[in-house]
Amino acid sequence: MARKVVITGLGATTPIGGDVPTLWKNALKGVSGVHTLTDEWVEKYDIPVHFAAKVSNLASETLSRVEAKRMDPSTQFAVVAAREAWKDSGLEEVDHDRLAVAFATGIGGVWTLLDAWDTLREKGPRRVLPMTVPMLMPNGPAAAVSLDLGARAGAHTPVSACASGTEAMHIALELIRSGKADVVVAGGAEAAIHPLPMAAFAAMQALSKRNDSPETASRPYDLDRDGFVMGEGAGALVLEAEEHALARGARIYGELAGTSVTADAYHITAPDPEGLGATRALKAALFDARAQAEDVVHVNAHATSTPVGDRPESIALRAALGDHVDNVCVSATKSQMGHLLGASGAVESVLTVLAVYHRLAPVTINLEHQDPSIELDVVTGTPRELPEGQVLALNNSFGFGGHNAVVAIRSTGPKVEMV
Amino acid sequence: MASNEEILAGLAEIVNEETGLAPEAVELEKSFTDDLDIDSISMMTIVVNAEEKFDVKIPDEEVKNLKTVGDAVNFIAGAQA
Repeated sequence: MARKVVITGLGATTPIGGDVPTLWKNALKGVSGVHTLTDEWVEKYDIPVHFAAKVSNLASETLSRVEAKRMDPSTQFAVVAAREAWKDSGLEEVDHDRLAVAFATGIGGVWTLLDAWDTLREKGPRRVLPMTVPMLMPNGPAAAVSLDLGARAGAHTPVSACASGTEAMHIALELIRSGKADVVVAGGAEAAIHPLPMAAFAAMQALSKRNDSPETASRPYDLDRDGFVMGEGAGALVLEAEEHALARGARIYGELAGTSVTADAYHITAPDPEGLGATRALKAALFDARAQAEDVVHVNAHATSTPVGDRPESIALRAALGDHVDNVCVSATKSQMGHLLGASGAVESVLTVLAVYHRLAPVTINLEHQDPSIELDVVTGTPRELPEGQVLALNNSFGFGGHNAVVAIRSTGPKVEMV
Repeated sequence: MASNEEILAGLAEIVNEETGLAPEAVELEKSFTDDLDIDSISMMTIVVNAEEKFDVKIPDEEVKNLKTVGDAVNFIAGAQA
């Protein structure tokens, strides 16, 4: 019998909250973190998309100036979220040789890389910062969290585009089950609201161009959806071997019951139109969790609000869960905070854990006319209460490259009321 | 041309910006590594910022000889001359 893995700490910095309590409150209320960008580069480079979802609280509110200047913004977000999760877990005395990190990013230190390129061209090589390489490397967030917490059982960086944050949960589960670590800080971070990624995502027609109404631009499942909204931030979860958590009397949010990763091998960016890779990932996550389709009560969907992406996921959910999918309530939280790319799976895992813990599914906003080809029970308006007994919820993430990752979260006790 | 006092004050500002150390802690006899705990990457950043601030060149091979704050002040004063 493999070791059980439980969740004991949560952290986040997002467009709708700089910490988990604020994120959760706003996810239940249904607020938009999407706003018109005021940066001079939007006009300077004539970026066709004028809005994005920036973090609601600057990392400088948490980090010292000296700490921040040695970190790319993506790493700053990672450290902010990881510190909150660590504090929330109540862990103090820990065997650092048994503590690992799995912290993902989709794109990495893009601000650092491109700022350094500007410096090289404008001022020459002597002025390129000596910290440039450690700041731009994609393992920067994982390394910084490892350094910050003294995690010496390895620091891993899954990179699978928008599935990265969820794949980090998969790696963490394997590390604990296999006995290589007792505690893992898992998460994802992204900071790519920079003119180049904005121009590049716009060039591939992936971004919404609803410049006249940014707050309603992220509208998963809606007939009028026209692309995703770029977001930024980080999410972090402290995962712990059950016996380790029980021995210290930790507060347990739920069980990370199962995870899975599959690849479409279909197209570099387009999802398999039949959702076959996603279906296999959903079935594999349920198998890994020793669960049946009928156990699932809630799904935090990937649902990015692109015309081509939302439907295959709904097909996959029906294929994997059968008719039981009609009894499952689905939340598309990217409607509120945009798409945090490599961080999205981590932040949405935090929301899925809280949904199970409090038996409440967060709301989907901007769904006015549900696409009739998407047959899902989507939570809109007010949060949906989940059943009182033992429940299982899924979080899906899919990424360019055909990456599919799913996590299954199971309740470990009765509903906990919100304070 | 900056005086030695001005160079010291300017260096203290640069060190503070890079490391957060109080400017008063940056004294002539202090060793960059042993007393101020400045690593090689921070040292290179400080050197490049000092080059710009005082309009001098500090060759890479010279940096290892700048053990104390006083060594750096003297080198910059000499390079300005």
